Amino acid sequence: MTWLAVSPIIIPLGTGILLLLFRRLRYQKLVSMIGAVVFFVHTIVLLWHIYQTGIEVVHVGNWPAPYGITLVIDLFSAIMIAVTGFVGFNIALYALSDIDRGRNRFGFHPLMHILLMGVCGAFMTGDLFNLYVWFEVMLMSSFVLMALGGERSQLEGAVKYVSLNFIASVIFLTAIGIIYGKTGTLNLADLALKVGDNGSGPMIRSAVMMLLTAFGIKAGIFPYFFWLPASYHTPPATVSALFAGLLTKVGVYAMIRVFSLVFAGEMSGSLKPVLIIISGLTMVTGVLGAAAQFEIRKILSFHIISQIGYMTLGLALFTPLALAAAIFYLVHHIIVKTNLFLIGGLIRHIKGSYDLKKIGGLYLSNPLLAFLFLVPALSLGGIPPLSGFFAKFTIIRAGLEVESYLIVLIALAVGILTLYSMTKIWAEAFWKVDPAEKPVTKSIPIMMLLPIILMAAATIAIGFFPEPVLEISRRAADQLFNPEYYIRKVLGVY
Amino acid sequence: MELILALGTGSLYAMGLYLLLRRSMIKLIFGFVLLGQATNLLIFTASGLTRAKPPIIEANAKILSSSAPDPLPQALILTAIVISFGILAFALVLMRRAYDITGTDDLDEMRGTDQ
Repeated sequence: MTWLAVSPIIIPLGTGILLLLFRRLRYQKLVSMIGAVVFFVHTIVLLWHIYQTGIEVVHVGNWPAPYGITLVIDLFSAIMIAVTGFVGFNIALYALSDIDRGRNRFGFHPLMHILLMGVCGAFMTGDLFNLYVWFEVMLMSSFVLMALGGERSQLEGAVKYVSLNFIASVIFLTAIGIIYGKTGTLNLADLALKVGDNGSGPMIRSAVMMLLTAFGIKAGIFPYFFWLPASYHTPPATVSALFAGLLTKVGVYAMIRVFSLVFAGEMSGSLKPVLIIISGLTMVTGVLGAAAQFEIRKILSFHIISQIGYMTLGLALFTPLALAAAIFYLVHHIIVKTNLFLIGGLIRHIKGSYDLKKIGGLYLSNPLLAFLFLVPALSLGGIPPLSGFFAKFTIIRAGLEVESYLIVLIALAVGILTLYSMTKIWAEAFWKVDPAEKPVTKSIPIMMLLPIILMAAATIAIGFFPEPVLEISRRAADQLFNPEYYIRKVLGVY
Repeated sequence: MELILALGTGSLYAMGLYLLLRRSMIKLIFGFVLLGQATNLLIFTASGLTRAKPPIIEANAKILSSSAPDPLPQALILTAIVISFGILAFALVLMRRAYDITGTDDLDEMRGTDQ
């Protein structure tokens, strides 16, 4: 099953290379779409396979762990990869109509597939340095995607995005250097054993804090989130949606993976209160930042931050249920947030602006779009029976179980404030009369509508049938919470 | 030797961070360079220094002698150098382009996307 296991890396890479060979626009779109479909199918098959058989380990180049690079796919990775496949497919579909000629010619499609490769690589790797490399693969393509097109706002956003992410990478690399110097290994499973045996001294502890900072910058947690609302709204909607859905979540994934596997001792000790406080502040600042905005994508960007707080809260509480909640939340959030950005792009396509003060009347002219907006918007706010309700419900139940009442209260309040921002978009863009003297309405290309319908359907499906997703999240969380199986599987000692 | 390298690494970090805090874009780039080099030196130093012994397996031996240094950090550094070179090359072009379009290299002037 080695080929299936590495397919999330091989397929986007192959697609990217093919796209570089076939430069004609027609072929670009065709190859990109085929690649995305094949990729999506493989990720689903992989998830099914991992669900059936347990953790899959690939020693690249047959170097045994901990000496070589190891790819490890446990259930958590497989879930994230499957969601990536779904999002990648929808984004590829949306890009067919949304991306303009210039961006197509300068390599939007190959970059998108390489980005997917980087994301999947980060989800699969079992090695700390390799995680850094995948981060960089992902970031390099995201840098170019961010700046592609060369509009003034894009370049200004890209300068901030590149700088902050470079600093995050330097801090990450510093932590890797310290950890290697202290333990002599970078394989996550081996590290878990070594750190677990020796306990953690001041050096390891400072490296943990650096990792928290580095992953925190990438995830956009308080107080490192400033680059996110300054840059995410500048590229075209397709790119924004791809970033909003996947990139910050890779930071959250890395946090959950490394802290639950390697630094579980720290997690139940000094790291826990720090993470809880950070999560609370992330939720509150994000949602308050959104309240002040009147540009659709900026509102949504700030909401990424506040939602990240829920996920890190799931990690911070560090019980099996809380981890399951964090995983469920990741799945729900990736789908919903990508969808909202795509809808934002569609609103812009129809009305010509993202500014809520300049648009209106969409409910009258596009009732279908209004309904499609309500699904992810209410889900984000946590209204039953949509996916967001069960995500928030599980987090809050996990919080009540460990009697952290204050953070539960904050989480509930932030949920209500989220709803406030969503009703603001609803009231301004859909409900109110169009302020323009001659309201413009363009027809909606079916390629832009289809991914939105698909993702809204996924949101509703998770909402009405949450049990399978919860069950699989619970099993993934069990694997995370009891890493012995993971460690044995990687190091091959039974 | 560790002490000298540690001091060097520390001052490289300090200089890099200082340059990052300046407003000029070109100083930002220099800051990146220094920070990248500082990290490479840190990996090199943290993994332990050995004097004048390359990590090469002797002709008649099967494994590396135990007194030789660990070759892995050097592989890590090599990877890190390549990656940071790529990012720097991109950052240079990006900043040049940003300078052409916005007409300023003052980072404080680039507030168009902050509001």
